[in-house]
Amino acid sequence: MSKVRKLEEAVAMIPDGAVLMIGGFMGVGTPPHLIDELLRQGKRDLTVIANDTARPTVGIGRLVSAKVVRKVIASHIGTNSETQRQMIAGETVVELVPQGTLAERVRAGGFGLGGVLTPTGVGTVVEDGKQRIELDGKVYLLETALKADVALIAAKRADYLGNLEYALTARNFNPLMAMAAELVIAEAEDIVPVGVIPPDSVVTPNVLVDCLVAKERRHG
Amino acid sequence: MDEKTLIAKRVALELQAGNLVNLGIGLPTMVAAHLPAGVNVFFQSENGIVGMAPVPEAGAENEDLSDAGGSPIGAVPGAASFDSAMSFGLIRGGHLDVTVLGGLQVDEEGRLANWMVPGKMVPGMGGAMDLVSGAKRVIVAMQHSAKGTPKIVKRCELPLTSVRRVDLIVTELAVIEPTDKGLVLKEVAPGVSVADVQALTGAELIVPATVPTMPIA
Repeated sequence: MSKVRKLEEAVAMIPDGAVLMIGGFMGVGTPPHLIDELLRQGKRDLTVIANDTARPTVGIGRLVSAKVVRKVIASHIGTNSETQRQMIAGETVVELVPQGTLAERVRAGGFGLGGVLTPTGVGTVVEDGKQRIELDGKVYLLETALKADVALIAAKRADYLGNLEYALTARNFNPLMAMAAELVIAEAEDIVPVGVIPPDSVVTPNVLVDCLVAKERRHG
Repeated sequence: MDEKTLIAKRVALELQAGNLVNLGIGLPTMVAAHLPAGVNVFFQSENGIVGMAPVPEAGAENEDLSDAGGSPIGAVPGAASFDSAMSFGLIRGGHLDVTVLGGLQVDEEGRLANWMVPGKMVPGMGGAMDLVSGAKRVIVAMQHSAKGTPKIVKRCELPLTSVRRVDLIVTELAVIEPTDKGLVLKEVAPGVSVADVQALTGAELIVPATVPTMPIA
């Protein structure tokens, strides 16, 4: 059965205060229409888990600029002066996580793991408040899993069942996040008949996707 | 030759054919343009590709193909793209031969600080902590001092990127190798003396009997 929904219906399912995972890397692989519609519907008090907040007028940066984000969990905010300003002014809480650790925490959330052990961050401020575990003479930090209420995913191509394909570097966090949220909304550039996407090309299997919206323009 | 080109050229000599290499933003990206003839390496971009290349020609940009700064790139034949977990698996799992990163400070123990200046600049660490923790070889490419203040210091005052000892420091004045005994001066730049280097270095250098000049034309 087709999972395609109207954009406004899909976004209406997201409550204020929701914890969102949003795919993308500097806006590339961020679903643009879902961001537009979050803003149009005036969603607020959002927590955003994403690699970065892009630029003030691009992708997730647009949510930050509109002041609808209460908390950001990201690896990098250096390209967005507004996120930095809001963090320093105490308007938005920003938790910075090493990029590989962020990917693994999201993966753990979606793969049913409580967390992962990583050497990244040992002996730095990232270690503060975390458990240090020694195994075979090597030191690791215990990094806990992340989960979200909703994942907003950008795909290159979907079929009507919700099987997803991605393109090049627009893939990034999207397949990981599609595993780690209660409600998964994917925006695809093309939605094609079931059977057009070869099984070997499917990266996110349709059972993970709750709702699909068509994409009229690309990133950001 | 300007200082940054000199640094990029010297770092390029460290790369070997077949290496998987990740270049940090800023000065390190210049290394790609100075590979010695015949040395083919694969460049990784941590947003999910092995085999990144410049955009082949104006107009050939693809919106789905970008570097970690979001700028358009190209890809060499044989390139591969993947998700962020795979990308950092390559970095952390011992599959990345070399990373070249910029630095704010490096100390006597070879520890790098390059991701924040408290109260001034808090961009986030991005992939830097994973790169320094996981790459087989970490090369710091940076200017030797910041407006006369040494960037190579006894002990980093800035927050560390990792406690892992970096493998090599390349500046416009010198090549320095951090070891368990301290910082060893390996080479000086053309026209630069050992005393010049020590004067702009905030830590004691170990100076071997002979210190060759960088093999840069």
